[in-house]
Amino acid sequence: MPLLEVNNLEVCFGLRSGAVKALRDVSFTLERGERLGVVGESGAGKSVLGFSIINLLSRPGHISAGNVNFEGKDLASLAPEELRSIRGNRISMIFQDPMMTLNPVLTIGVQMVECLQAHRQISTSDAKRIALKRLQQVQIPSAEKRLDQYPHELSGGMRQRIVIAIGLLLDPDIIIADEPTTALDVTIQAEIMDLMLNLCEQNNVALILITHDLGVVSQVTQRMLVMYAGRIIEQGPTKEIINDAQHPYTQGLMNALPQMAIPGQKLNQIKGTMPPLQNIPTGCSFNPRCEYVMDICTKKLPPFTQSGNCLVACHMVADSQHGPQQEKLRSEEV
Amino acid sequence: MIAFFVKRFFQAVVVMFVISLISFSIQDNLGDPLRELVGQAVSEEERQTMRDEMGLNDPFLVQYLRFAKKAVQGDLGNSYFFKKPAFEVIMKKLPATLELVFGATIIIVLFSVPIGVYSAIHPEKWFSKTVMGLSIVGISIPVFLTAIGLIYLFAIELNWLPSYGRGETTSVMGFWETGLLSADGLRHLILPSFTLASIMLPLFIRLIRAEMMEVLQSEYVKFAWAKGISPRRIYFVHALKNTMLPVITVGGVQIGTMVAYTILTETVFQWPGMGFLFLEAVNRVDTPLIVAYLIVVGAIFVVTNTLVDLIYGLVNPTVNLAGKK
Repeated sequence: MPLLEVNNLEVCFGLRSGAVKALRDVSFTLERGERLGVVGESGAGKSVLGFSIINLLSRPGHISAGNVNFEGKDLASLAPEELRSIRGNRISMIFQDPMMTLNPVLTIGVQMVECLQAHRQISTSDAKRIALKRLQQVQIPSAEKRLDQYPHELSGGMRQRIVIAIGLLLDPDIIIADEPTTALDVTIQAEIMDLMLNLCEQNNVALILITHDLGVVSQVTQRMLVMYAGRIIEQGPTKEIINDAQHPYTQGLMNALPQMAIPGQKLNQIKGTMPPLQNIPTGCSFNPRCEYVMDICTKKLPPFTQSGNCLVACHMVADSQHGPQQEKLRSEEV
Repeated sequence: MIAFFVKRFFQAVVVMFVISLISFSIQDNLGDPLRELVGQAVSEEERQTMRDEMGLNDPFLVQYLRFAKKAVQGDLGNSYFFKKPAFEVIMKKLPATLELVFGATIIIVLFSVPIGVYSAIHPEKWFSKTVMGLSIVGISIPVFLTAIGLIYLFAIELNWLPSYGRGETTSVMGFWETGLLSADGLRHLILPSFTLASIMLPLFIRLIRAEMMEVLQSEYVKFAWAKGISPRRIYFVHALKNTMLPVITVGGVQIGTMVAYTILTETVFQWPGMGFLFLEAVNRVDTPLIVAYLIVVGAIFVVTNTLVDLIYGLVNPTVNLAGKK
């Protein structure tokens, strides 16, 4: 049984202008100790996906359908108090901007100790000892001193190390890292990423890495999800997707990587922009930008088709898999 | 820390100088003090001699310098009406006003924090919406109307509370007449305090609510939820502390403003404080007393703002008044 199983998850934001679906029909699984990458453009629903796993969507967002199974419990419908006992304890989260994540008026020590005491009956001095151990694990110099310091006394990189230390405090099963290095100085991005990956591996923690850095995903994750306009359009082993992407959008992303560029020529890019969530085209949401667009793409939502070890939501892939059948079906329709 | 106080002291000196200059310069336009000082029978000639004696005919600058020279020695001149040093007269009325402001402040803190926090956490509940609506009404009603309404209801119709004066007072340490130590004094304090609080309370509820709602949207509060911290701790430790930072700054200034607002409240309730005294002084063209009042109120502003900055420094770790590492 997988550690985490997300089934047909749908997230709605009820706005005055009507409900907007930020996630549609999202299903995937995560195994113990696995590293899963979530990629996509800004606004594709990556962060919403991360927050919806622990049911921490900001108002007016809410899970409107589907379920999130973790240890036999459905996190999407769990009572607040039970949910609280899982958050930070079994599933923790690392946020994007360490300058904003820590409370400016509480010391690092307080923010670590409260997390331990929220989940365990533990004395403050014991909690401090654990906190100190974690700070040393994330290689913070003179860790003891840091417990009494406030966030503003530390650099961005340091703060993210502390956020990682807080994420690992209670030996969680899953860490959801939402672009954990985006806000950091380029020179320390790799360092922080390595640190996080090493600690996850040492503690056998499954990692959901949300990012738009395909390079990082290709290097460090075992499986990946590609999201577009609130849907997973392709998922499977990272190697397979990187080497042989099936969906035209994923192919476009790969071709847009600077490594793919020919010197002296313009970088490749996918034409157009992602549609706003209020205004997603019928059929395949990628159809206005797709260079292989077919008649059916503008009419019918593509189903998930197994291709190798990947699941792809594309009519073209479906056709090439069950070509004759599809042809027959379509001629019957006509 | 010492550097902070030295800096504050010099700022205060400048502020006091400006206040004294302004208040001194308006006294010429308040009317003729002689009219109140002497009776109808005194001839114009005698009046002129008196004016010369009192130095009222000297050029403005000469008058001001004479005043300033005495003022730095703590002598703000004699009240024409009381025939006593103006400063002394005011100081005698200061406890009544400060206790009124104190009472109003307690009411504001006791009500605005829980109501503001609650309506920030549950903005959709009918209670929050009612409070928001009422606060607009509260801000719009003039103080004297609130006062008259309260007197009518609680003093006349229900006969629960006294409608005027301070009631029984006790002397503390020889110079401070307090009404806080007797049941009668406290009963007298209730209606004036609520009246004075009525202007600021809606403002504070709205301020706390708005700040709190903003803080609740912040990343660090979201992170606290993600850590699995209990809602109570998130609201009252993570969010409230950050909410109070701007509230303290605004609140400090408002407490100073309230000292000025006491003029209306004290008049309606015949509260023997500085504000009531000030209004009488204006009627009697008792210029030294008016000038002294403005200077004392200015000093109260400076002191409260200094205290607020100190408290702010204690609450906000990113501010370091002490200058230490």
